[in-house]
Amino acid sequence: MVKRILFLLPVLIFAMVAGYFLWGLAPGRDPGSVPTVMIDKPTPTFDLPAVPGLNVPGLATADLGDGEVVMVNFFASWCVPCRAEHGYLTDLVARTGVPLYGINYRDKAEDAVAWLAELGNPYRRIGADAGRGAVEWGVTGVPETFIIDAAGRIRYHRRGPLVPQIIEREVEPLLRALRP
Amino acid sequence: MRWLLLILALLLTPAAVQAVEPDEILDDPKLEQRARDLSVEIRCVVCQNESIDTSNAEIARELRILVRERLVAGDSDQQVLDYLVARYGEFVLLRPPMKPETYLLWFGPLILLLLGMAGIFLFFRRQRAEIALPPALSVEEEARLASLLGNDGRQSEGQSRE
Repeated sequence: MVKRILFLLPVLIFAMVAGYFLWGLAPGRDPGSVPTVMIDKPTPTFDLPAVPGLNVPGLATADLGDGEVVMVNFFASWCVPCRAEHGYLTDLVARTGVPLYGINYRDKAEDAVAWLAELGNPYRRIGADAGRGAVEWGVTGVPETFIIDAAGRIRYHRRGPLVPQIIEREVEPLLRALRP
Repeated sequence: MRWLLLILALLLTPAAVQAVEPDEILDDPKLEQRARDLSVEIRCVVCQNESIDTSNAEIARELRILVRERLVAGDSDQQVLDYLVARYGEFVLLRPPMKPETYLLWFGPLILLLLGMAGIFLFFRRQRAEIALPPALSVEEEARLASLLGNDGRQSEGQSRE
């Protein structure tokens, strides 16, 4: 009996290793992704000035959580996925009317202005961030998006672009739940 | 010879050439040393397993400056780490903290080692037991042995001499 178990051991070890490989090589897995710890935390303390040359006010903690559900989106003109998600964000704002606030991350003001002039501006407010704002939000890169509830609590955090699938599956249901 | 010296010199340069830029360095050498020691423990969140001390990523630089700001403001080392963990989670620590969820991580190798040692111990003990106690002959085997040897040892001795 013990012998038989011993003979099975290599098979079991192989199954374990194969399982790890299957998990590690799964097409959807991104080993570089950082888990978020921001969910259910209050809005971070930050105060970002407006982007010079852009006729849009800056963004600070006080602008969030005043009884309205809002979205905060980190973006930059040099970021390709930001360009990809821009149209979807614009659509989402047009469809749902949710206030979208932007944080322009490590960008040159003139580049940001040109980028928004080309693609259109769905943002109500845009704060210019040289880097510290992202740290306060636990952001590792662009684009990243948050949903803040009426009480100023972070309810959603996504690293990476909001593609239609994500908007449909995650963002819109949450927005509907939070905004009666 | 000159080439050899050059190659040797290159090989002997520390592998991790520091990423800390001159404008980041604090005037107080004690505080700067604390910042360096802390930076080694903090993961650059966009790199693969690299500390902010050696990474050239923008965010690593931002975090290095932040660590120094917090230290100058009078934070303890633990407060600086807590500040970062509150934003990036324990992922930001290169050395995972010891707590029930990470016991398996910390003690797993030791458990595997003990299991392996126990396995080796059992294997050799059983082998020795087999050597020490060869199985006794059955009645038929005794009879066959006796017939092969003849009835007494003297006859067999004589046969082998022929």
